[in-house]
Amino acid sequence: MTHQKQKLVVIGNGMAGARVIEEILKRNRDFFSITLFGAEPYGNYNRIFLSNVLNGTQKAVDTIMNPLVWYQENAITLHTGLKAIKIDRQKKMVLGMPVKKGRVPYDRAATGLPDENLVSVPYDKIIIATGSAPFIPLIANYGVPGTFAFRTLDECAHIEAYAKSCHKAVVIGGGLLGLEAARGLMTHDVQVTVIEAASQLMGAQLDEESGRLLKSTIEAMGIKVLCSMVTEEIKTTEGKITNLVFKDGSTLETDMVVVSAGIRPLTDIAENSGLDIKRGILCNDQMQTNDSNIFAVGECVEHRGQLYGLVAPIWEQAGVLADVITKTNPRATYTGSKLGTKLKVMGVELVSLGEKNPRDERDEVIVYREPKRGIYQKLIIRDDQLVGAILLGAVEAGDYLMRLFKEGGFLPVKRTELLFGSKDVSSLSNVMDMPDSAQICNCNGVSKGQIHDAILNQGCSSVSKVGACNKAGLGCGSCKGLIAQLIEGYAGEVGYDPSEHYYVPDIPLEKSQLIAVIKEKKIKSVSDTFKILGDGPEHAPSKVGLASLLHSIWNQEYEDERDARFINDRVHANIQRDGTFSVVPRIYGGVTTADELIRIGTVAQKYNVPMVKITGGQRIDLLGVKKENLPHIWKDLGIPSGHAYTKAVRTVKSCVGTDFCRYGLGDSIRLAQEIERRFQGIESPHKIKMAVAGCPRNCSEAYVKDVGIVTVEGGKWEIYIGGAAGGCVRKGDLLVIVDTHEEVLKYVGRFIQYYREHAKYMERTYGFVERIGINRLQSILVQDELGICNRLDADIQKASDVYRDPWKQEAELPVYPQQFKGSELVKVLKEVVNNG
Amino acid sequence: MVNLGSIDKIPLGQGICFIVEGKEIAIFRPRDGGLFAVQNKCPHRQGSLAEGVCDQNIVICPYHAHKFNLHTGMGSEGDEKIKVYQIKEEKGEILIEV
Ligand SMILES: Cc1cc2nc3c(=O)[nH]c(=O)nc-3n(C[C@H](O)[C@H](O)[C@H](O)COP(=O)(O)OP(=O)(O)OC[C@H]3O[C@@H](n4cnc5c(N)ncnc54)[C@H](O)[C@@H]3O)c2cc1C
Ligand code: HEM
Ligand code: SF4
Ligand code: FES
Repeated sequence: MTHQKQKLVVIGNGMAGARVIEEILKRNRDFFSITLFGAEPYGNYNRIFLSNVLNGTQKAVDTIMNPLVWYQENAITLHTGLKAIKIDRQKKMVLGMPVKKGRVPYDRAATGLPDENLVSVPYDKIIIATGSAPFIPLIANYGVPGTFAFRTLDECAHIEAYAKSCHKAVVIGGGLLGLEAARGLMTHDVQVTVIEAASQLMGAQLDEESGRLLKSTIEAMGIKVLCSMVTEEIKTTEGKITNLVFKDGSTLETDMVVVSAGIRPLTDIAENSGLDIKRGILCNDQMQTNDSNIFAVGECVEHRGQLYGLVAPIWEQAGVLADVITKTNPRATYTGSKLGTKLKVMGVELVSLGEKNPRDERDEVIVYREPKRGIYQKLIIRDDQLVGAILLGAVEAGDYLMRLFKEGGFLPVKRTELLFGSKDVSSLSNVMDMPDSAQICNCNGVSKGQIHDAILNQGCSSVSKVGACNKAGLGCGSCKGLIAQLIEGYAGEVGYDPSEHYYVPDIPLEKSQLIAVIKEKKIKSVSDTFKILGDGPEHAPSKVGLASLLHSIWNQEYEDERDARFINDRVHANIQRDGTFSVVPRIYGGVTTADELIRIGTVAQKYNVPMVKITGGQRIDLLGVKKENLPHIWKDLGIPSGHAYTKAVRTVKSCVGTDFCRYGLGDSIRLAQEIERRFQGIESPHKIKMAVAGCPRNCSEAYVKDVGIVTVEGGKWEIYIGGAAGGCVRKGDLLVIVDTHEEVLKYVGRFIQYYREHAKYMERTYGFVERIGINRLQSILVQDELGICNRLDADIQKASDVYRDPWKQEAELPVYPQQFKGSELVKVLKEVVNNG
Repeated sequence: MVNLGSIDKIPLGQGICFIVEGKEIAIFRPRDGGLFAVQNKCPHRQGSLAEGVCDQNIVICPYHAHKFNLHTGMGSEGDEKIKVYQIKEEKGEILIEV
């Protein structure tokens, strides 16, 4: 028995319109014969990804969610480029008209005169899913060439094309979308300024303080931000935009303007057809308008006084509407969505839930700040329920808070646990318990099963690799935590991956094998290593690690290739966040002289060094030095390099010990200087910081150094290895206790050489000592179980003998003088005619 | 096309930064051949890519090690991309399209 199919007309072929059809087909493929009006000339594409299209990381075709064949396969009659303009509710007809060339589809005047090319389609039921139009504030001259809104794929293409001829661009509107547009423009090599009328960025999601923090983070990325500025006019000369004029009379030069000042529901069709509207098309809990045959879904809807501008609530609405309209569950209701958003704004992660500010003083407000890392976290609690949260810069707690917020769970008594608490082991088991069909990435509709496949069969071992494989996590990014949990959860199933043990990623050998082959084949340069042991050409990710290894194997026989060095090692200075460098001269054991200090001071004055700072390593740092000045400074200083930039032996701190201290048991200063002179600058897998203390009071912090020496009662010296007091804090393990300076030097040298030979590149001693184990290290380095101690001693002696101070060398005779040049300013004198 | 002068200005295997018409452009000359020009400022935190380690496919930013494809500009971080300029070598001179 076939029954007469009902005629369903869907108006709007966007995220909501296409989704509701998918939901309907999932429930019953034969219920409706479907006609779809889409004002845009394409099948449904994923609007969320327009930001990616603009910043060039995604191609326009890759955003298409429903290609034209999808409509054919599902027998949907699709009218593209056709705008529905009126519903004739008496005759039960929808009238549509083509969108005129060069018009944006959401423009009210996008169609021609009423009698032109009219299309009419009969209906039993209608779903309106017209979305919204960008809101354009009153700005004189908006609409001239070079002004744009940011809503459709076509607009994206126009912005991109126009930006090519521009140097400066302005984005009006400092909300989420405006910032995304700004970032997109930046990749087109224009200087971008964001103008916000309110006093802060992202007023919908952030409070004032987090808004300020975001502003400084964004400015650090090279985008200018002006708040509290109302734009009145766009000025042009000869048809080209020249500048903006603000309400306060000030002006700003620009070549183009993108407006992203919010959205307004597109309700003209409802208006023309006599449906009830307020701000949006009014709907009840069944997504029904005041005409029982006409429904609405998406951004065009006003439900219980609420408008929505994100996809998550739209997915919920579409599910309920499909239940109702196919009679799968005629009583299904949509009762509203609690808005929790997890977003990535220009690479800064953000979670925003519910309210931003306390209602009154009875609300509990919990704030955690870490301005240096751009972190701000705020919770608002009312009657022991979470009613609002802002997490900016660090969002680990986001999933947990989101669940508490949506489901209203009990809050831990210790409020700190909300942000940092025992990180919720149950969440891991939750994802693993989900069925394979469960959708993990809502933006791109990727299921758990597909992600499982990517991890197991495509060898995706990181969130970004999974994304490259099936696009999961590439939308709003909010599912990345879940994907990471899946990778962890399935890790047990992933086969052994030998490449994890390679010393560098592109040469398939572990460190000990690599060293053996390099010695056997006498390979002395990085480029030869690729030719002989790799697949031929160079691979950047492996170059620096190989350079370090070859140098430590061959010492002065090593054939240096500058390009294989990290920038710090090319110019013997540490690159800083603004592209300048820092200069740290060697100060043996932290002891300097008046003469050295005078020279340091003179240099600082002569080269206008912006900051002179005492470092944590008992030395003096000259910060903010221009690359061009480095060789001159070294020459004037006449003090050796402190190697504060290399993966090498850096500093040996000391306390005053028996020289002056009334507690001193050993001559810590002299020993520190001996150690530093002997091992200075020796390259190693990572940096080595050392210290010597004259008694266990440990003023020089020797217990927490890579190598630390502490005098104990009886004038004996304890040697500690593998300590750390950086991001990781670890007390070193006691290797051995000895009586004399000579013995200290011997054991320290042995340890350093063994570490140089066996640690992975970039493995600090604390990881290395823990990995090998102190007992094992004692039997190798003290009891000489492997019989290698004599060789280790000889090799480290050799490395020490051939050490040359790079500053002295380069100041006298630079290997590459160009290396120290700044950027080259090219004056365009001759334009070469390209007749090729 | 703009002539930037002799190719020998760029040490083999490295990059240097030119400022052409107000734009900072990093030009790389990998050991295994080819010549590449990209925007110098890293989209992450404005690191100077010219100071990065490169091969004939990618450059690694010296600041936080994000990688960028020298042919397409695509970044390793998914949402980052840099601008690529047309460039060629002719009779030992560097010619670039800006
Ligand atoms: C650049 C950008 C980035 C975004 N990023 C995110 C994000 O990260 N996360 C998130 O949750 N949300 C995001 N959004 C919001 C999200 O895209 C919208 O909430 C969603 O697209 C709304 O779906 P909709 O179907 O209601 O409207 P739309 O997707 O706009 O679809 C409506 C369609 O109907 C057409 N139409 C309108 N009137 C008619 C008519 N009379 N006849 C025929 N067709 C008509 C329109 O042309 C349009 O194609 C973003 C939006 C943009 C623009
Ligand atoms: C009476 C005994 C001590 C004396 C005379 C003494 C003296 C000093 C002096 C003069 C400094 C340098 C201050 C400066 O640079 O401004 C210092 C620093 C320090 N002292 Fe002490 N100290 C004593 C005991 C201790 C003890 C017992 C400890 C640890 C438990 C300790 C830990 C430190 C630390 C960590 C530093 C900072 C090191 C640095 O800045 O790098 N001190 N001490
Ligand atoms: S460690 Fe001991 S010897 Fe050295 S300064 Fe501190 S108290 Fe004096
Ligand atoms: S600035 Fe380039 S990776 Fe951070």
